[in-house]
Amino acid sequence: MKFFTQVRCAAAALAASLTLAVTPVSAQTTVNMYYPVAVGGPITKIIDKMVADFSAAHPDIKVNPIYSGSYQDTITKVITALKGGNAPEFAVILSTDMFTLIDEDAIVPFEELVSDADKAWLDSFYEGFMLNSRTGGKTWGIPFQRSTIVQYWNKDAFREVGLDPEVPPTTWDEMVAFAERLTKRDASGNVVRWGIQIPSSGFPYWLFQALTTQNDVILANEAGTKVTYDDPRVVEALRFWVDLSRKHKVHPEGIVEWGTTPKDFFEGKVAMMWTTTGNLTNVRTNAPFPFGVAKLPSKVRGGSPTGGGNFYIFKNASPEQRNAALAFIKWATAPEQAAAWSIATGYVAVTPAAWETDAMKKYVAEFPAAAVARDQLDVAVAELSTHDNQRVTKALNDGLQAALTGAKDPAAAMKDAQAEADRVLRPFQ
Amino acid sequence: MSRLRTSIHASLLLLPAVVLLAAFTHVPAVRTFIGALYTTPRGKRPAVFVGLDNYRQLLDDPVFWQAMANNVWYAALTIPLSVVLALVMALAVDARLPGRAALRMAYFTPTVLPMIAVANIWLFFYTPGYGLLDQVLGLFGLPETNWLGSRDSALYAVIAVAVWKEAGFFMIFYLAALQTIPHDLREAAAIEGASRFTFFRRVTLPLLMPTTLFVLVNAVIGAFRLVDHIVVMTRGGPDNATALLLYYIYEIGFRFWDSAYAATLTTVLLAILAVLAAVQFLFLERRIHYR
Repeated sequence: MKFFTQVRCAAAALAASLTLAVTPVSAQTTVNMYYPVAVGGPITKIIDKMVADFSAAHPDIKVNPIYSGSYQDTITKVITALKGGNAPEFAVILSTDMFTLIDEDAIVPFEELVSDADKAWLDSFYEGFMLNSRTGGKTWGIPFQRSTIVQYWNKDAFREVGLDPEVPPTTWDEMVAFAERLTKRDASGNVVRWGIQIPSSGFPYWLFQALTTQNDVILANEAGTKVTYDDPRVVEALRFWVDLSRKHKVHPEGIVEWGTTPKDFFEGKVAMMWTTTGNLTNVRTNAPFPFGVAKLPSKVRGGSPTGGGNFYIFKNASPEQRNAALAFIKWATAPEQAAAWSIATGYVAVTPAAWETDAMKKYVAEFPAAAVARDQLDVAVAELSTHDNQRVTKALNDGLQAALTGAKDPAAAMKDAQAEADRVLRPFQ
Repeated sequence: MSRLRTSIHASLLLLPAVVLLAAFTHVPAVRTFIGALYTTPRGKRPAVFVGLDNYRQLLDDPVFWQAMANNVWYAALTIPLSVVLALVMALAVDARLPGRAALRMAYFTPTVLPMIAVANIWLFFYTPGYGLLDQVLGLFGLPETNWLGSRDSALYAVIAVAVWKEAGFFMIFYLAALQTIPHDLREAAAIEGASRFTFFRRVTLPLLMPTTLFVLVNAVIGAFRLVDHIVVMTRGGPDNATALLLYYIYEIGFRFWDSAYAATLTTVLLAILAVLAAVQFLFLERRIHYR
């Protein structure tokens, strides 16, 4: 191993000397940014344009966006690079990976980077987003590509069954009642349209957290060292989700794929769906019928977890690079930019000031659905995030899927999930 | 003197292969064995020697046992199905048929396609309601099925993809072997009055045994190695119903960053593969007729 390290060092030294030989020493600072985009497409173009605009305003900084796949792929690549001593200078990664990055000793808190004048900037974001960006009195991430869960409904389907197309369900009971009317069966009893779909593949914990929030229970403490999976209110929320398919028969049985849920909605296979606001532009472009967007219904209270990615700055960046990355982050989250980003993607603009810009006001006037996610922020909670987050979350995911597929009773599934999470979290308590 | 020269010569010729094998196979394998005896270093906490603790954890890990059981099923179904299917396809396209080249190509296509692309296509085949499979079954009035979303069918659904992908690859080997069987054997058998079935059982099949061994070795490796489609289609879910050993290792290693436990699991996987390879070569090989 040592041998290879030496070879690599030699190669790096050689490369460095060659670079010095051909390019004159310039004051330009280069920073690499890992950015989670699964496939080339609209988001890539938007980011490329942002980077170009930023370079025009800051000729002394060069930002290299590196598109690194899904959120999952991005954290994998970042940590692999980190272990190889080659981490990026900054990146957009899930807000919930904050504890993982802290435990890996990978990132720097923003308090160490900003000047006193900038302290106010740290407080300019929605509190709902900062819940996942701070711990132990320090700010480790800056909200950027953030979302919440909202419900979308097919107005034509509502009209067809005699429901007011402008009024979405506002409580769990209403949701079940609406869904029962919206579920349509053919002559032989096969379902041709489901009332509602709450996706459960990949990361069911996120959608489930909306149900637990509405049932007035928080899944993890702020320090990220304890979870409450076996709380009776959590079990009750899970029983409600399971009952949608098993008792009320208004939701498909088994696991509902996250990726194909919007497609099911466009095809008219489902009348109401829960998904991210990040799908807003997608639905607006592809739904062949009028649709509505609303806050999620409530049980004890309303609510949804936030989701999505934060900017993080890595420890291995030099002081100049840290400042360059910070300059980009400040620029990208400034009101005008945040508004443009939100309009282009459907993600929620991260500061109240962004919603006060002319561009954003005009957009909301044209398309009021865009403001739903913002209004829901008042009741939003932090997305489930703990130390050893992926593993603690997997314990919950497995339990949820076991209950939804009927392999375990909700209470037993949550008890097992709690036991596994306790085992994983023991070293952090 | 000349003997020394020969051996230096030979060593030099072997050197590139030895260096590559050592760097990418043997050194990592040895490091894996060692890594399995320590804890995972994290941030500022260095690795600590814990002996066999990781193996004890493994015995208590229900997901590991689930992944093992899944993998046994996966192997028990994909290996015979893909090998028999490959043989049948090879016999079919070895015969004189119109459009033989097109048929051969059709059988071989799945092998050429990248697994990730294939998995994404199959994901839509399996989509409940308007996926290809449900549309076809719907013609017969069958209700929609959540193939990948139910614990009962998810593993079989991913096995079907693996068989579909592997069979075409193995067919090529059988086809090549079939074409080396001399025609005079068939004529001799015909003179003796042997039926086509007897000829297949007593002549073709024994002559194909060396190929079968090679194909079997590959199929066994494939049964433990082929997990790309799991990542795309189910991520091991629902509730670990499609978690295979290698996928679980990936999850532990690259999602949870528990490199020590991942090393422990890898050691187990290597041991299983070593035993299987030994059985195949020592036991099966004796029963094979080489020309």
